[in-house]
Amino acid sequence: MAEGWRHSERAFPWRRSLWIAALLTPALLVMVLFVLWPLLSAFRFAFYEFNGLRPSGFIGLENFRQVLFEKPYSDWTWNAFKHNVIAFLALMLFENGTAFLIAFALLKALPGHRIHQVIVFLPVVLSAVIVGFLWKLFLHPLFGLVNQLLGLVGIGAIPWLGNENTALGSILFANIWHWLGFPTLVLLAGMQRISKDVLEAARLDGAGDYALMTKIVWPLIAPSVTIVTILTFIGSFNWFEIPYVMAGLTGSPGGSTDVLGLYFYRTAFGSTTTGIQDFGQGSALAVLMFVFVAGVTAIALRYLRRREIEQ
Amino acid sequence: MSRRRIGLALAAASFAWGFATSLAHATDISFWTWRQEDKAAYNELFADFTKANPDIHVKFESFPDENYPTIVSTALAGGKGGDVIHTHAYGWLEQFVKAGYFEPLDMATVPSLANQPADALVSGTYRADKRVYSLPFASQTLGLFINKDVFAKAGLTPPTTWDEFITVSKAMKEKGIYPLANGMGTSWFNEMFVAIFTNPFLGQDFVSDLTSGKTTFKDPRYVAALGKLLELRPYMPEGFEGIDYETAGQLFLSGKAAMLAGGSFDIATYRSQNPAINMDFVAPPLAKAGDTPQATKFFDGGYAVNSKSANKEAALKLVKWMGTKEFGDKFSALLGNISPIKGVVIKDELLSHVAKLNETAMPHINVVYFRFEKPTGSELLQGDITKMMSGSITPDQLAADLTDGLAKWYKPFQGK
Repeated sequence: MAEGWRHSERAFPWRRSLWIAALLTPALLVMVLFVLWPLLSAFRFAFYEFNGLRPSGFIGLENFRQVLFEKPYSDWTWNAFKHNVIAFLALMLFENGTAFLIAFALLKALPGHRIHQVIVFLPVVLSAVIVGFLWKLFLHPLFGLVNQLLGLVGIGAIPWLGNENTALGSILFANIWHWLGFPTLVLLAGMQRISKDVLEAARLDGAGDYALMTKIVWPLIAPSVTIVTILTFIGSFNWFEIPYVMAGLTGSPGGSTDVLGLYFYRTAFGSTTTGIQDFGQGSALAVLMFVFVAGVTAIALRYLRRREIEQ
Repeated sequence: MSRRRIGLALAAASFAWGFATSLAHATDISFWTWRQEDKAAYNELFADFTKANPDIHVKFESFPDENYPTIVSTALAGGKGGDVIHTHAYGWLEQFVKAGYFEPLDMATVPSLANQPADALVSGTYRADKRVYSLPFASQTLGLFINKDVFAKAGLTPPTTWDEFITVSKAMKEKGIYPLANGMGTSWFNEMFVAIFTNPFLGQDFVSDLTSGKTTFKDPRYVAALGKLLELRPYMPEGFEGIDYETAGQLFLSGKAAMLAGGSFDIATYRSQNPAINMDFVAPPLAKAGDTPQATKFFDGGYAVNSKSANKEAALKLVKWMGTKEFGDKFSALLGNISPIKGVVIKDELLSHVAKLNETAMPHINVVYFRFEKPTGSELLQGDITKMMSGSITPDQLAADLTDGLAKWYKPFQGK
């Protein structure tokens, strides 16, 4: 059979290429139609003024200048960007930090570790919309579970999502609750790949839990850390669903939960209650987000890969 | 086969042919809207239309409110979309008209335009060519819902002036009832909240000065009116910053709150949620006794014809019918909305009271005048009002942000 195929390949060398091309074509078409074409359209629209809902003239970098340097747009852009940066740092510290500790605890295979593994991962399978609504209810100032519990110890109604100082933190908390299981699983998989001989040798040399965690496990799970860091970065700068459900399209209150995803959406597509659609400015924002995320990801990947090799 | 049977077969065949021909000539048109909850009422209205125009059938198609602009603009850009489109008004409509997506309506094609009052037609008119593109469908009134049972139980009378409002609110609070149900957790409603309570302090003169370029939002009258909003905070529920409009509605309906700043668009909803509710809808507190009651009014939107419709004639026929008194009477009765069509009879007592308030109502300033270009007054106000209510900016700062933001495109504000 194999001999027959090799014979056919020798006789008709183009057949194999044709076969591969035929298999790739549908996927490529989908990619071109739904990824590449919209991306290129966004690049093109970013250089046009929109009068109404149609491009009315080429204006060069004007849309970019407006969103970066002209008030109030620039204030809104930088405000949203700041919240994305805060989200990234908070998720790295609290979500991934906690995930690392949980993964290390699960690695030790204490009694009941399997059920804990399931519990930690369970929220990940829920949709972001469900999680957003759930936590919005929990954090309701009058009827929410959180304030009801706090009320038992005499703490009055706190408007978690209505106060500029607590809204972003509350949304981040909901996001961490939702996603904690994912980095936990990735880091745990990385830890489980470490050779048992290495861990036992370290134990025999007298390494305690802390030393084992910081000197052995942490350096050896560098590839997993790379994945988690890059995905957290991309997720933080494309953050949309949970802020949208919990704080609305305007990033309320007073823009204190606004992120680039929300700002892009309401700029490009408008909102029934705030105003008009501007595909030009929206596309400029989308291009800037793409360039920033792609650029930083490429640099970070290079750095993190080098770190993996050094380890 | 007998002659009789042949005759019967021929008769049946010709009947079937006639039926099929009539079906082939019928035109199916679609009506696109964001009002999913109005499906039954519209289908009843469209059945009336088809009765009068048997050759036209109308299909009701609805889409989620929040994504409606995106869905409609995407469809229209691709030369698709409903034949008749339910539109929002003012600036929302203008962006679609600029792109050439809607057919202009005139007295030749839609003579029922003559049934519309002038201020209603403004909501569907493109400022640049002064032509009407959307036939107005309803006016909305903003004011104060009163739970009459709560007031009766508390032995209090609903307030008419600001001072009475504060006095009554204090008394309600002492009795353990939230005086005012509203919070600041819903951006779009926060803008309405501002309009409801500031308009009685601003008056028509302020609107004239603002729209003629004599003044800006930095005007001391506007700043003082914003300052009044801060006085409401003690009478709103605890944690009001995080209470959304839906929760406020439930507090009011359940009798936990005595008053709710809201819109006439919710009258039907509240009645269906609590059929036993004994409520009134009144003008917001007057600045002083003897002032003219000043609720806030705007037109919600209208009906437009897709310029790429393959059934434009049938679509225009439908829109023409939607401007008649016959439609307006039934529309108001079925949907609990106030049709702007002249001579429409509103039988419902509460709705006719609202219609009365409309006679002296002020326009919703931001919606009517400042949603045409970016940044819109709504974006600016919705962003700042929660900050002002939580005390992180002052009314002066809000007024300055609003004026300076609008000055980007509104020439009378430039340099002021």
